[in-house]
Amino acid sequence: MTTIPLPQPDTPWTLPRRGPVGILLFILAESSIFAVFVAAYLYYIGKSLTGPTPREVLEFPVLMTVCLLSSSVTVHVAIRALRRGATARFLGFWIATIILGVAFLAGTAREWYQLITVHHLTIRTNLFGSTYYALVGLHASHVIAGLVMLLIVAAFGLAGRVRPDHVERADVISIYWHFVDVVWIVVVTVVYIIGR
Amino acid sequence: MTTTGFPIAAAAGKGVPSVFDRLYEWVVTVDHKRLGIMYILFALVFLLIGGIEATVIRLQLAAANNHLVSPHTFNTLFTMHGTTMVFLVGMPILAGFANYLVPLQIGARDVAFPRVNAFGFWITCFGGLLLNSSFLTAPVLFGGSGAPDVGWFGYAPLTENAFSPGNATDYWVVGLILVGFGSIAGAVNIATTILTGRARGMTLGRMPLFTWITLVVQCMILVAVSPLTASLILLFLDRGLGAHFFDPQAGGSALLWQHFFWIFGHPEVYVLMLPGFGFLSEIIPVFSRKVIFGYPVMVAATVAIGFISISVWAHHMFSVGMSPAANTFFSISTGLVAVPTGIKLFNWLATMWGGRIQLRTPMLFAIAVLLQFLVAGITGVMLSVAPFDWQLTDSYFVVAHFHFVLVGSLLFAIFGAVYYWYPKAVGRMLSERLGKWHFWLFLIGFNLTFIPQHFAGMLGMPRRVYTFLPGRGLEIWNLISSIGVAFQLAGGACFVWNLIRAYRRGPLAGNDPWDAWTLEWAISSPPPAYNFAEPPVVSSRRPLWDLKHPHDPDWHYE
Amino acid sequence: MSMDATMAAQAADTISSIFAPVSTPAAKEADLARMVLWLSAVVFVVVGGLIAYSVVRYRAPAGEPGSEPPQVYGSAQVEAAWTAVPLIIIVVLMLATGRVIHEVQAAPQPPDAVEVTVVGRQWWWEIRYPKLGVITANELHVPVSDSLSRRPTFLTLESADVAHSFWVPRLAGKTDLIPNRTNHMWVEPHEPGTYLGACAEYCGTQHTLMLLRVVAETPEQFSRWVEQQRQTAAAAPADPIAAAGRRVFLGTVCSSCHTVAGTVAKGRVGPDLTHLMSRATIGAGVAPNIREHLRDWVRNPDNLKRGVLMPAMQIDDKYLDQLVEYLLTLR
Repeated sequence: MTTIPLPQPDTPWTLPRRGPVGILLFILAESSIFAVFVAAYLYYIGKSLTGPTPREVLEFPVLMTVCLLSSSVTVHVAIRALRRGATARFLGFWIATIILGVAFLAGTAREWYQLITVHHLTIRTNLFGSTYYALVGLHASHVIAGLVMLLIVAAFGLAGRVRPDHVERADVISIYWHFVDVVWIVVVTVVYIIGR
Repeated sequence: MTTTGFPIAAAAGKGVPSVFDRLYEWVVTVDHKRLGIMYILFALVFLLIGGIEATVIRLQLAAANNHLVSPHTFNTLFTMHGTTMVFLVGMPILAGFANYLVPLQIGARDVAFPRVNAFGFWITCFGGLLLNSSFLTAPVLFGGSGAPDVGWFGYAPLTENAFSPGNATDYWVVGLILVGFGSIAGAVNIATTILTGRARGMTLGRMPLFTWITLVVQCMILVAVSPLTASLILLFLDRGLGAHFFDPQAGGSALLWQHFFWIFGHPEVYVLMLPGFGFLSEIIPVFSRKVIFGYPVMVAATVAIGFISISVWAHHMFSVGMSPAANTFFSISTGLVAVPTGIKLFNWLATMWGGRIQLRTPMLFAIAVLLQFLVAGITGVMLSVAPFDWQLTDSYFVVAHFHFVLVGSLLFAIFGAVYYWYPKAVGRMLSERLGKWHFWLFLIGFNLTFIPQHFAGMLGMPRRVYTFLPGRGLEIWNLISSIGVAFQLAGGACFVWNLIRAYRRGPLAGNDPWDAWTLEWAISSPPPAYNFAEPPVVSSRRPLWDLKHPHDPDWHYE
Repeated sequence: MSMDATMAAQAADTISSIFAPVSTPAAKEADLARMVLWLSAVVFVVVGGLIAYSVVRYRAPAGEPGSEPPQVYGSAQVEAAWTAVPLIIIVVLMLATGRVIHEVQAAPQPPDAVEVTVVGRQWWWEIRYPKLGVITANELHVPVSDSLSRRPTFLTLESADVAHSFWVPRLAGKTDLIPNRTNHMWVEPHEPGTYLGACAEYCGTQHTLMLLRVVAETPEQFSRWVEQQRQTAAAAPADPIAAAGRRVFLGTVCSSCHTVAGTVAKGRVGPDLTHLMSRATIGAGVAPNIREHLRDWVRNPDNLKRGVLMPAMQIDDKYLDQLVEYLLTLR
């Protein structure tokens, strides 16, 4: 079908690409979910009736934070490499991202092990326990989801099947990974700075 | 009717596809048109189920001290009725219309992420089935079903294990989490489609109003449904792992649930109602033979409603003991949202004014919406006045108000939309005669049921009660209210019969039976699988008007 | 007073319309409500009339399809007009609203106001007058006010389990009872009478029958009622059957849930029974408080109020009759 064309100049008709738009909208929804967990955390600061307090049991997670934030750098470098066509460099930095992410999770696991076995803090101990495990756990589950996606791409990469024209799709995953990092900054601020 | 094709069966070399082949094609489809139809059929099935629940409720309440069902069973009925109608009828049917229409209206081949689209449908389907399977589970206490009985907004701490032991509430929580995932997936999809898939020339300012409203609604879903998902997860942590988010014994706050729920709940009712406004914005112009009055203002009003609606939630909490300042703030913000909503009503009126109104079935429903939404909006303003709300909230007055919104306005708009777009999807016209029977029966039944409930509320009848005492002046209003159900059921039966009968025997529709102006009417009915043979190019808000009136195209005036 | 006279005196005016207020807060709310209703009626008639008119006036003539009518794309002035007018109406409405919110919620408590604490429980109301030393259930007695001697009643609202809501339409708008939170409201009846209400926040199986009864009395009647409520229960009653019933009451599990002041029964789970027979109904309004319903209730409360948390007491008929005789002495 045709319409009556305006005497319009042959301007290019470009709309945003669906990958980044989709992931950004998804991040909008995820941010709303995290906002509720953060709001609950902030509301319940100081309101526990019993049990260990944050000040007694929490230590600022320096190494974990460094790992996760560095992983944003590595994934960014990886994407830039793939955009230039340097697939080997891409794969190297992509795998470095995964390793840093796993290190972060290992740090979380260690922290939780300490909290449970040494300080006897569980999700049902008091309000602090409930809000802490919920918020940090929600974030950690998003790290795991991100790692799964990163691993799938890494597997393709190791099989030699990732090409430079896949950069858009890899970029979508890297945007998600950056989101996970930004959320960690918020979590650290709320849990380890404000909450203590 | 042209077949939409069975590509998989054809590829397998089968001549005439068998029933199983046809079923298989539908189950694995990622085509937005088929998924749209599946969403709508799913919703219509649950409309019937929710309607049966409502019928039993009204039978029980037809007389004082009635004992048709036990108190526990009644409580599960109103819980499931509300939950079903909001999450398994309202959201899916509107997702279905958005899925079907948006790619057609913007001149696209499909949505941005077809497989995510299919995922969204199936997880919604699974959540709905899971929730309703609770009816079949072992009784929890005092006989009756294992369905949840906590009300559709599940206030804490009633939903905690201490007061709702057993699994009934867990079905509610998990079912809604799943359905929420479906909504969010659908919202990401449709919003991305609108932002990235429009035909050449279709700037945001040239989209059909239904598509514009859909864009605003999908963004609202992303921001509003997520808090519900988050709250349900927190409740699930309380119930399943012993957390204390809503446990007052451990210092938890019952009010926190209310705030979180209504931060979802209020935008949610606009998420439900706005697409109905979108239907009206398509139907009224076509059947008045006039362009929509004030397109830019309609867009601005929609966006304003979207934003303001996020700031009004605590008008559901006027009786919880908030400070006078908080109560005043929420009264004001709620009153303010009436302004853009009223503007839309006036713009539709101005569209009709000076037109040549054709009273075909879609238009009959649209006109009923205008009048019934006027009532709903007015009772809404009454409820926004906090001291008046202190008497009216949690009474049958509120029940009347929101049914005027969700049935009198939204459902009527949906009926109009079905009559309007069924010919496009199926290729045949629905019967006008049956349509008019449907309309008048439902109009009478709806008003008989819900007008008296305003009076019951003002006479002190609380909501969610399984009976009422005689001698309080409530009998007459409840009886009339229950009688109305019979008319609605009759009207609904006409509707279903119309849909079935027209499928094979309706007159052929052709591309454009209504002489309409948006892109979906440019292609065959039903559309081919690929929608548009060539991507269309548009120069105005009404591309087909331009084609039909080459000497007076819209882009001279926009 | 005999039971019949009590019942007659407490016969309720059973229509609980929000537009028949007898108390100051309800009256303020009703006045504002009437203003809103008038405004709404005008809007409905004007706008509804225009809609109906346009359908009739601009209906397409039957027959020929005809040409399209003039296409009107919009008008800035018209849009401005129908934005400004509703906005002005809303502003005026909200000014009135803010004033009434303040008058009701920020009303100062006079020094001689009656203070009541209401604790919501599934599915009955625990009522205490801390300064007067009175504990009762389900039936609230308050003095009336007149312009010469104002004596409003200020209520403190709490909950022992889930969320409830205190709603007696002719006295005041509703206020919720929320666990782990204290809310406040006040009533100020001007006419003696019995006013009915109910819980207005869904609280479980028997939310429906968590009814409220408020008896507004003259100051003298109120003082007498308070005096009577402050008495402890008599020692063993003279009647031998009732005395036997007292032994049944104190010897079985009744005392683990209920209190009768002056005896060893100090249970706090169920309502205080010291002056059970001074109340017009049992089971939070389920049935009139007379012998046969009392007997039914104690034998199996589920028969009267299905799902109630008090278990069936499984008492033999002989002991049940004695027990009921005893309960009837608790005036």
